[in-house]
Amino acid sequence: MNCRSVVLEVTVEARQVEEAMLSLLHTILLHRSSGKFHYKKEGTYSIGTVGTVDIDCDFIDFTFVRISSEELDRVIRKAVSEFKDALSNSGSDGVGQISLEFYQKKKSRWPFSDECIPWEVWSIKVNVVNLANEQERQICREKVGEKLGDKVINIVEVINRHEYLPKMPTQSEVDNVFDTSLKDVQPYLHKITYQITDSLGTSVSTTMRRLLKDTLAL
Amino acid sequence: MDSDLSPQDKKDLDKFIKFFALKTVQVIVQARLGEKICTRSSSSPTGSDWFNLAIKDIPEVTLEAKKALGGQLPGIGRSMCVEISLKTSEGDSMELETWCLEMNEKCDKDIKVSYTVYNRLSVLLKSLLAITRVTPAYKLSRKQGHNYVILYRIYFGEVQLSGLGEGFQTVRVGVVSTPVGTLTLSCAYRTNLAFMSNRQFDRSAPIMGIIVDHFVDPPCSNQRPANMGHPCNYRAPDEEDGSPFAGVQDSQEVCTTSFSTSPPSQLYSSRLYYQPSAELCHPAANPNQALHAGKEGGVALAPVQPHGVDAHLTVEHTPNTPGSSGDDVGLSQSGEGKRDGGRRSDSPSDPVESLNEFTRKVGAFVNKPSSEITAASLDLPFAAFAPRGLESEEDDLMVQPPASPPCPSPLQASLHSQGSEGSGQQDDFVMVDFKPAFSKDDLLPMDLGTFYREFQNPPQLASLSLHISSQSMADDLDSLPEKLALYEKNIDEFDAFVDMLH
Repeated sequence: MNCRSVVLEVTVEARQVEEAMLSLLHTILLHRSSGKFHYKKEGTYSIGTVGTVDIDCDFIDFTFVRISSEELDRVIRKAVSEFKDALSNSGSDGVGQISLEFYQKKKSRWPFSDECIPWEVWSIKVNVVNLANEQERQICREKVGEKLGDKVINIVEVINRHEYLPKMPTQSEVDNVFDTSLKDVQPYLHKITYQITDSLGTSVSTTMRRLLKDTLAL
Repeated sequence: MDSDLSPQDKKDLDKFIKFFALKTVQVIVQARLGEKICTRSSSSPTGSDWFNLAIKDIPEVTLEAKKALGGQLPGIGRSMCVEISLKTSEGDSMELETWCLEMNEKCDKDIKVSYTVYNRLSVLLKSLLAITRVTPAYKLSRKQGHNYVILYRIYFGEVQLSGLGEGFQTVRVGVVSTPVGTLTLSCAYRTNLAFMSNRQFDRSAPIMGIIVDHFVDPPCSNQRPANMGHPCNYRAPDEEDGSPFAGVQDSQEVCTTSFSTSPPSQLYSSRLYYQPSAELCHPAANPNQALHAGKEGGVALAPVQPHGVDAHLTVEHTPNTPGSSGDDVGLSQSGEGKRDGGRRSDSPSDPVESLNEFTRKVGAFVNKPSSEITAASLDLPFAAFAPRGLESEEDDLMVQPPASPPCPSPLQASLHSQGSEGSGQQDDFVMVDFKPAFSKDDLLPMDLGTFYREFQNPPQLASLSLHISSQSMADDLDSLPEKLALYEKNIDEFDAFVDMLH
C-alpha cells in the first residue's frame, strides 16, 4: 500500500529543539491515539476515554496539547532527548530529522517474521541555529512559536483529510494495529527514528531504529 | 436523502451532531478561560464522555449553547457560531475570533454513522483542542485578568465576521462528511489588534461604571444586551451561575495612585517651615522674622517648635550678636565653618548683617574679599581679579550697615504682613541653618543654601554705589599714568602677543 508521507521543517535554536519536537510529535499522536479498547462478546467493543493536558513551553512562546498519558509522554521524551543529544553532538551546523512512522504489522507464515508496513510517516526536519544575543533569542521565541502554530495547522489539515486509516481490528488483530502496551491510551503502532546530517549533507551517524513496542524478531 | 438513512442512524446522527456542537462550545470557551486544561485518561469507558474524550461540561456554557441552538441543530444555512471578544476594564471591546460550525449540502451516503462519523467527529474535536491553542486569542486569554477579560457569545444563524476588522484570517479545523451534509469547523480570527474604540460608544452607555456586579448576571438574565458576551470566567465546577470575576473586580476598583510630592528641597522646606512662623509671630515684635535673606531659601525663622522640618535642618538659638545694630538675629553656625547670612541688596540696613562673627565668602557675586580671607587663599576663579580698592571691612557700608533704623524692604513686606523690623527679641526666633543633603563642599566651606542666598542677594556692585564708584574712579585716574608707563615699557611684549594671534 502507499504510505502517506508528510514532511515538516522547523528552524530552531538548540535549546528549543526538545520542546519543538515534543509539541509536534504529541500533536500528531493526539490525533493518532484512541482510548483503550475493551472487547465484549459478539465482536463489540467499547473505547476508553482520552484526556488531554496543556503544556506550556519554556523556551518557546507556545502551548500545545498532548494526551494525558505519562507513559506515552515518557517514551516520546526519551526519543526526543536522544535525538537532541545526537544533534548537539554532531556540531553546531547540524541538520537533523526525526521521523514518526505509523505502521501495521502483517503476520507472515513461519519462518518469515511479521512485516511492518508503514501507512503514514511524519518527518520533521530540524535546522539548528545559533543566536548572538538575547534580543535575537527573544524574537526567536516568538517566531518559533508562530511557526509551530503553523505546523500544528498543517498537521490538522493532513489528518482531517481522513485518508487511509487501518481498519478497526478484531480482538485478535488489535496488536497488529495498535500499541496496547500502555495502560491508559492506545495509540496506533508507531516508531520514532532519527537521522543526523552534518553541514555537508551526508549522514555521519548511523540511523538508529527505535522500536516502541514488540520488536521485530530480526 | 434522509430516506436512505435508517431511522436509528438518523437519530444517532442528530444526537452526534447535537453533542458535537455542545462539546465544540465547551472546548472553545474552556480554551479561553485563561487557564491550562488538564483532564485524565480513563481506560474504562464511563459512558458519559462523548467522542471518547474527557471534556468537562461547564453548566453555564451548556445552558447558553442550548439556548442559542433553541432546539435546532446546525444545518444547512444554520450555522452555530461562538464569538470570542475582549473587553477592557474601561469598557472598550473588540471581537477577536469567531468559530463556526457549518453544514453544506455535500453528502456522503455511504459513510457509516455510528462508527466512521463518530470517530471522525472525535478526531475533529481533538483538532479543535489543538487549534484553539494556536490562534492569537489564546495568548491574550492566558493573560486576561486585570486589564481585560475575554467574553464569549453563542449565536445561531448566519455567520457575522464584520467585527473582526480588516485582514482577518481563517483557519479550517476540519470537515466531516455525513449522510445529511458535510460539517465544517473553522475559525476566523482578527489579525489587526489595534484597538478600535468607536463602536462601543454607540452601542452602550459610554461608561459602564464601576459596578462590582457588572459581570455577575444570572445565566438567563435578559438584562444583558444581546450583543454582549459572557465572561469566560468559570471557577468552580459546581456553580450554576457565573461567579464574580475576581480579575474584573480588581480592575474595577478605582485605582488611585497618589504620587508623593517630590522630596522637599531645602528651599521648599524653608518655605513650609517659614510660613507657620509667619502666622505665629507677633505683629510688631519680631523683626527677626523679617529677616530673610531671600524670597526663597535663606534663613528661615521659626518658633521654637518647628514642624515639617527635614531632619537635617538644624535649629539653634543664638544669642544676639554684639555690634549689630538692631539686629537680633544671628545665623546658626554650622560645624563646617562660618556661613554668611546673605545680604539684602536693596536694604543696606539689613539686620542680617550682624556680621562680626561671620565671614563673608568671596565668590563670584561678591565684589570684595573678606578681611579674614585673602583672595590668594581661596581657590576661586575670579578672586584674583577682585578689585582691591575697598579695603577695610569696617569701612564697608555693606558690611556694617548704618545704624539708622532699617526700613522694611518690599521683600520683607511681601513675606510678612507685618513687615516690621527693628530690634527684636532673640527669644522669639530660632536660627535655622540649612544643610542641603549631599551638598557638602569641603573645598569651599559654603553650602548650597548659603550660595543660593548669596546668589539671590548679591551685594550691590561697587560701581553702582555712588561714593564707592566715584572713589574708585578717582583712584583709577590717579593710577592711570603709572599704568600707562608700565604698558609702554612692555609694548614689545604686547606686540608680539598680537602677532601671535594672527
